[in-house]
Amino acid sequence: MIRECDVLIIGGGPAGLASAREAVKAGCSTVVLDDAMELGGQLVKQTHKFFGSEMEYAGVRGIWIAEKLLDGIAGSPLFTPYLRTTASGLYEDGVVTALFEDREVLKFRPKKLIIATGAMEKTIPFPGNDLPGVYGAGAVQTLMNVYGVMPGKRCLMVGAGNIGLIVSYQLLQAGVEVSAVIEGMDRVGGYWVHASKIARLGIPILTRTTILKALGEEFVTGALIADIDENWQPIAGTEREVDCDFICLAVGLLPLVELFYLAECEMKYVHKLGGDVPLRDATMRTTNPNVYVAGDSGGIEEASSAMVEGAIAGLCSAKSLGAAIPDFDERFARLSDELAELRCGPVGEHIRRGLAECTMEELL
Amino acid sequence: MRIVEHPILKFERGRKVAFTLDGKPMEGFEGEPIASALHDAGVTTLSYSIRHKRPRGFFCAIGHCSSCLMEVDGRPNVRVCTEPLREGMVVKTQSGKGVLR
Repeated sequence: MIRECDVLIIGGGPAGLASAREAVKAGCSTVVLDDAMELGGQLVKQTHKFFGSEMEYAGVRGIWIAEKLLDGIAGSPLFTPYLRTTASGLYEDGVVTALFEDREVLKFRPKKLIIATGAMEKTIPFPGNDLPGVYGAGAVQTLMNVYGVMPGKRCLMVGAGNIGLIVSYQLLQAGVEVSAVIEGMDRVGGYWVHASKIARLGIPILTRTTILKALGEEFVTGALIADIDENWQPIAGTEREVDCDFICLAVGLLPLVELFYLAECEMKYVHKLGGDVPLRDATMRTTNPNVYVAGDSGGIEEASSAMVEGAIAGLCSAKSLGAAIPDFDERFARLSDELAELRCGPVGEHIRRGLAECTMEELL
Repeated sequence: MRIVEHPILKFERGRKVAFTLDGKPMEGFEGEPIASALHDAGVTTLSYSIRHKRPRGFFCAIGHCSSCLMEVDGRPNVRVCTEPLREGMVVKTQSGKGVLR
């Protein structure tokens, strides 16, 4: 059986749910596929309060935002979510296949597809980086904030971007010690407000410092770190051991873009956005007229901008199907302004420059 | 170890269920990922790598990295970071690629 729908959204995180809300509001039958056990993507582990404006729930903790996004569509007959369902294929006739609970293949034929698959955690090379006890920062958050299990007793955090800083604070909240946050750059990459919070609690943030090795045979028992010079080479004589029983890597994210390749979307490597990303226009449409992009799968940014991009993709895909949206122009303009606002100032500069490399005035 | 007190979160856990790991009796909460129950019990090595037989634990915890594959109820290569725990599950440390039966 092939399930027909107007809009199929792959990924039920902030971008996907925001897309779904707009598509449902416009009267489109909307299906969301997600491989996790619940909707919300990575919001479900974000215990911190969001920045941005009221429209993206500034001041609200991430863990509560998914529910707000579902408000009003959760019971709608137009909205059908499939959980524990992994999109596995996309065929020339537009059919999307998905694996439900690793045992049943489902088929969908959507008129429009929104790919909001998010990102995966990067790692960095060092001996022992494959040992149990070397975790991605997202994994540490999932374990402690979603399932309430301590990842360990004492953490070495690698990376002082926002994720490294926020997760360090969350570890302290969960009762886990953080021996240090190390960062290869000569400065903290994340917001000062996050850095100050953990510095005040006595956690050293060591810049120009790298991890040389994870210690341990069967499990992490410590780490060897060293200072690095301007060429990122370890400085002899500065090696020292850090007391920790797990290592948390917060070294960046990689957009999950496999489905864009299947959809034959034109792709481009954009360093500032984290990797290969699809070209898109202001409506979030890719070079494949039936495929839209939203959120981190189109470039690593924040959940707040992912929600706005999602809303744009949902609104514009519905519009392209001929849905009657009387205030379309006004809403599209408002969402576009909102995105510009989120990306303004020095903090948003690398995002603006990255997007300039892959945003097309007009596609095709 | 479970987090008991948290300034923001309250953990709603399912009922306690029994399962086995390599024949040994274990306990966890129904519906949580198998990996989370194992980690709580101090089990961090979930499999051994195919060529060099190095210990493997989970890395991403959201089903993307394939570092947490185990044999569950006779089925190899199950991502235990996203597989919900059920009463009576038979979980085994996986070595190598696993065998389909």
